[in-house]
Amino acid sequence: MSAAPQKTKAGAEKIDVTVSAVVPLNELVTRFEFRRTDGRPFPPFSAGAHTVVEMNDDGRTRLNPYSLMSDPADTSTYAISVRRDDQGRGGSLYLHTHVGVGDRLTLSYPVNLFPLDLRGRKHVFLAGGIGITPFMAMIAHLDRMGGAWELHYACRSKALGTYAEDLMQAHPTRAHVYYDDQNQRIALEDLLDGQPLGTHVYVCGPKGMIDWVHTTAAAHGWPDENVHSEEFLAPQPGTPFEVYLSRSDITIQVGESESLLEAIERCGVDAPFLCRGGACGQCETDVVEAEGTFEHRDHWLDDDEHASGKKIMPCVSRFDGKKLVLDR
Amino acid sequence: MTIQFNEETFRDDYSFRNSDWAIRRFPFPFHEDSYMYSVNMEQHQGGPEESVYEKRFDVDEHYVAEMQDRALVLAEDPLRCQSLPHMTLAGWDTLELIMVSKSEDSPDLFELHRDGDRWRWINKPMGIDHTFTFLDETTLPCGPLEYITRQAQGDFAVLDQRGDMLYMDAGMVTTQADWSLDFDIGMDFFEWHAPVPLANEMGIFKRALKFLLNVRQGSPARRLNWTMTVNPLLDTSPENYHKWGVQKSSLTPANIGAKQHLRVELQTFYRLPRSNGLLFPIRCYLIAFQDLVTIPKWGRRLHRVVRDLPEELADYKGFIANRPLMLDYLGQYDDGLPTSPGVWPDLETEPPLQT
Ligand code: HEM
Ligand code: FES
Repeated sequence: MSAAPQKTKAGAEKIDVTVSAVVPLNELVTRFEFRRTDGRPFPPFSAGAHTVVEMNDDGRTRLNPYSLMSDPADTSTYAISVRRDDQGRGGSLYLHTHVGVGDRLTLSYPVNLFPLDLRGRKHVFLAGGIGITPFMAMIAHLDRMGGAWELHYACRSKALGTYAEDLMQAHPTRAHVYYDDQNQRIALEDLLDGQPLGTHVYVCGPKGMIDWVHTTAAAHGWPDENVHSEEFLAPQPGTPFEVYLSRSDITIQVGESESLLEAIERCGVDAPFLCRGGACGQCETDVVEAEGTFEHRDHWLDDDEHASGKKIMPCVSRFDGKKLVLDR
Repeated sequence: MTIQFNEETFRDDYSFRNSDWAIRRFPFPFHEDSYMYSVNMEQHQGGPEESVYEKRFDVDEHYVAEMQDRALVLAEDPLRCQSLPHMTLAGWDTLELIMVSKSEDSPDLFELHRDGDRWRWINKPMGIDHTFTFLDETTLPCGPLEYITRQAQGDFAVLDQRGDMLYMDAGMVTTQADWSLDFDIGMDFFEWHAPVPLANEMGIFKRALKFLLNVRQGSPARRLNWTMTVNPLLDTSPENYHKWGVQKSSLTPANIGAKQHLRVELQTFYRLPRSNGLLFPIRCYLIAFQDLVTIPKWGRRLHRVVRDLPEELADYKGFIANRPLMLDYLGQYDDGLPTSPGVWPDLETEPPLQT
């Protein structure tokens, strides 16, 4: 089956880090800077990438994605800027209230779902609020490589304009800031009309802003592939669940940050695999009984098979419900 | 072990040879007695010691000779190495990945000393000791992709990833199985795969692309592909088909064992950190039939695979005309005994050929 069988963890490798600085920027936003605990340099990353921060909140694993906002060329430090979210899933609150200099965390390798189009002759950045973070890295990158850019950044007020002052000072002709409380608005239509051919537009901010930019750009004849937005795919963990493996006659628990396949392996049951990414089909497993809903994330089964509830790909897919029995 | 680099050629007198070591570690691609396309991808996180899977970039006894052959191809046809303007950063990514991997994985052969952007690269087998400035093209004799892939075995396709698609926007391609970078440059994943039979209908490319788009930094993947080549030619390009195509009709029962080679590609996939591109190294391994059949399990199995391979595949891989001749030869090494599962030679446990 496999050329050179080996057990490796699903998902990307992880990096152990130590918090090297905690810098409050305003009432809501704090910057966290990290060093590698093993003292080695970080892997380089591409501007727009995020990392998933793994936190142990009183026995509960929290996994939150944050854009890397440090200079991609600086491999001594990774930095994220976190907006405190008092209602959200709690990861940001945990960072704000529990994490200090010297604490240790685990980061995923960087993943980029919001890359620069390197063909672009010019890059126009549209940021709303904390959506400024990926652009901090992009600006550092383009300044080093000599690329053309401009930034239009909308924030609630001067007091909450994270990095706004710094940006205007460092780039007085390129960085434009708009304060909601002063009724300043990005003049999007004019801005789109005035751009040279080969310009790419990037938007990161609240959903309403992203939709507004896409709709307006389309209406002004912009090709879809020149308009980019950060689609924040949450990381892949899920609620823990229990599975009975009928052939092996054991019941196993799948933790929130491990895959079903990993849990099966951890319990000493041999299960086939190849890609560990939902593409090769090797791990396909028959469902004997299920009461609940499947979270299918593979590219192998077709829609009908997903709907049938008769098969699952344990390398990427999960289950949420009362009872699951697998033929394994 | 210390490698003795062969003095050998992949053209004219074809003095290419595999040592016993190279034969035993050959990446035999068939894990069972039949073959069909599949999404045969797995993680590339090392493998058994001395195997071709052990290191990120395998270096073997053919290294120096392969690099000489690449230089000859490039001298005749500079378009074998191309990089669209937006791919320069991905070229630096490639240079960094190969230099770091080789110096970490084979420190007896390669050294990399970094002081900020000042890098000193020592390649002992090729006698190179060069200091340059990272990300400054003027400090290299050519572009970063060309520079490093003149020092790394195998072909390299460098893909740009845009809007859930991969584009072949750069590469170094001199050891290919009948495809052309100059033809494919700028194409997307489905366009350059269009000539492949059956796989698209089987849904293979759709799934493979989704997997590739998700290849993460730090989690490379790999797969094997294979074909057949008469004479140990690295450069079986469409550009030179007029030179090597005719050699396929030179096979005879007397010379097939020496001339007919199984050609295996170890393909790996790396996310490139600075450009977010994807690097696709395609490492080519050749083995003469007469060497391959010295491993009894492989002799038995190759006969069965070639015999039962669907017409479309034998045709696409370009050996349908020679298949009867191959089967006559390989049949002598198939006594009908069962074979053990998996790709490894299993010399201790598999019985010798029964005659
Ligand atoms: C981005 C990475 C890849 C590149 C650059 C690439 C490139 C190519 C090229 C240039 C060919 C020759 C097509 C021709 O006849 O002109 C080919 C063939 C093929 N590719 Fe890919 N490929 C990639 C990934 C994959 C993956 C992941 C699969 C997975 C299953 C795959 C499956 C195949 C198959 C089955 C063939 C036919 C090979 C044969 O029968 O000899 N490729 N590929
Ligand atoms: S291991 Fe490949 S689909 Fe699950």
